[in-house]
Amino acid sequence: MIAVENLSIELGSFRLREISFSIEPGQYGLLMGKTGSGKTTLLEAVAGLKPVRQGRILLHGQDVTHWKPADRNIGYVPQDGALFTTMQVRDQLGFALTIRHVPRPKIDRRVDYLARMLDIGHLLDRTPHGLSGGEKQRVALGRALAFGPQVLCLDEPLSALDDQTRDQIIDLLRRISRETGVTCLHVTHNLEEARALADVQLLLQDGQVTVSSCLESNHAPAKGANSVPSSPQPRGPSGAVVRQS
Amino acid sequence: MSTSSPTHPLFEPSAESHRARSDVPFFLIMGGIGIVYVALLIAILAADGFYLVREGGEGHEIVDSAAWYAPLCNNALGAALADPHIRYSIRLTLVSCTLTAILSLWVAVPVGYLLSRHEFFGKNLLDAILDIPIVLPPLVVGLSLLILFQYVPAWLREAVVYQVPAVILAQWMVSCAFAVRTMRATFDQIDKRREQVALTLGCSRAQAFGRVVLPETKRGMLTAGTLAWARALGEFGPLLVFAGATRGKTEVLSTTVFLELSIGDLEAAVTVSLIMVAAAVAVLVVARLWGSRNFTL
Repeated sequence: MIAVENLSIELGSFRLREISFSIEPGQYGLLMGKTGSGKTTLLEAVAGLKPVRQGRILLHGQDVTHWKPADRNIGYVPQDGALFTTMQVRDQLGFALTIRHVPRPKIDRRVDYLARMLDIGHLLDRTPHGLSGGEKQRVALGRALAFGPQVLCLDEPLSALDDQTRDQIIDLLRRISRETGVTCLHVTHNLEEARALADVQLLLQDGQVTVSSCLESNHAPAKGANSVPSSPQPRGPSGAVVRQS
Repeated sequence: MSTSSPTHPLFEPSAESHRARSDVPFFLIMGGIGIVYVALLIAILAADGFYLVREGGEGHEIVDSAAWYAPLCNNALGAALADPHIRYSIRLTLVSCTLTAILSLWVAVPVGYLLSRHEFFGKNLLDAILDIPIVLPPLVVGLSLLILFQYVPAWLREAVVYQVPAVILAQWMVSCAFAVRTMRATFDQIDKRREQVALTLGCSRAQAFGRVVLPETKRGMLTAGTLAWARALGEFGPLLVFAGATRGKTEVLSTTVFLELSIGDLEAAVTVSLIMVAAAVAVLVVARLWGSRNFTL
């Protein structure tokens, strides 16, 4: 679960004040708002990439406000993927496990599993140079999921895709959410994405997060789902708890 | 609605009456300015070559004139390469420039990275200090090094000043500043988010730098190293003051040109100058090929 309590962020003249919201385990949260409203800043604060002035960030009940990004176990997918330009896709998928000193055969098995799940087996020996937008997003998703994160943060992952590819990636995200039970926080300004994916929809406006709508969850994790191995997700009650601050 | 009518004031004068001017004068002016400079560069090199061919083709007996390869050796270039002082100078130049380039990169990579990625107290001041070797007259750099070494222990002063280490130190002082500028620009161009992703994937700062950022700087490092090497090759002022111009000891190619000129041997000075041009061009070409995507060593 992701819980943000009275979070304040200051970056120069830009401020977010006393933001509070929560997304229950396994739910897909959509954070919406106008350009420049601070959606990405808030997402990066949750991932540990932006300093927090006050307030708390809790992931599955644990206060991680001052933890390093590496210790939070969050899979992060930035806009356009930000793939490592000098690495083959295979190495990108295994990167997080290599850092964790996981034995090579296990890394290879995980890479093969992700490649099948994301349908990128034919790309494993290529570098990001020349990959299409959709392929890049699949690789970025695989790279973020490889170590079995409890939380997935996605920053406008569909914004640069054509309609057909966007629909494919939306299906993929829905499937990942259902199969892995990972809790997702997805930043977008696209209402269509929100309708297709959101269990809980959050609106960031004038420095405050409000609940825009709370949809009946149809992406809740299936029992015994075929998850990315390593971190079984705690299952909470369906429906998000969103507080207006 | 009459707003789209051709009679609307917006359509006066008619768009049809306008024709863009020819682009030829634009390209002629732009190309002309460039050609003047490039032509001047080629002309000075050609003049050097022409001078050597006309003035330096005779009077050199390096190998037996009956040998089939005699025309290749019995000329000004052969004479210069046969001179042990000039051979020593070439060796010292290659070694000192290469060491300077390597040392410059060792400093330029961390300094360039910190300047590019982090805000810290005194950053603007540090930025200005790093420009000092670029804006300062080279002679002043040498003089300042000489003064600095008046305040170090005697054993260190004797080991450095007017010795080979002084050559490398004087070259490095100036070359490093150029390498730092290049590396900072390189890091500025690398998307910060890739590093951030690496941090979320479990990397420490050092791991993210070593595994993700550094491999992406390969071409920038090559450019910075080449620039430092070439700058070191051309360094003269600080060397003269800090390392001296002792034949067979602290003599590098730039000082050889100066020494040959000072004894009136214009032919040898021009020959050594052309050797320097050839060395610089060779390094630039090799670096460019190595840095290109299709060529690996």
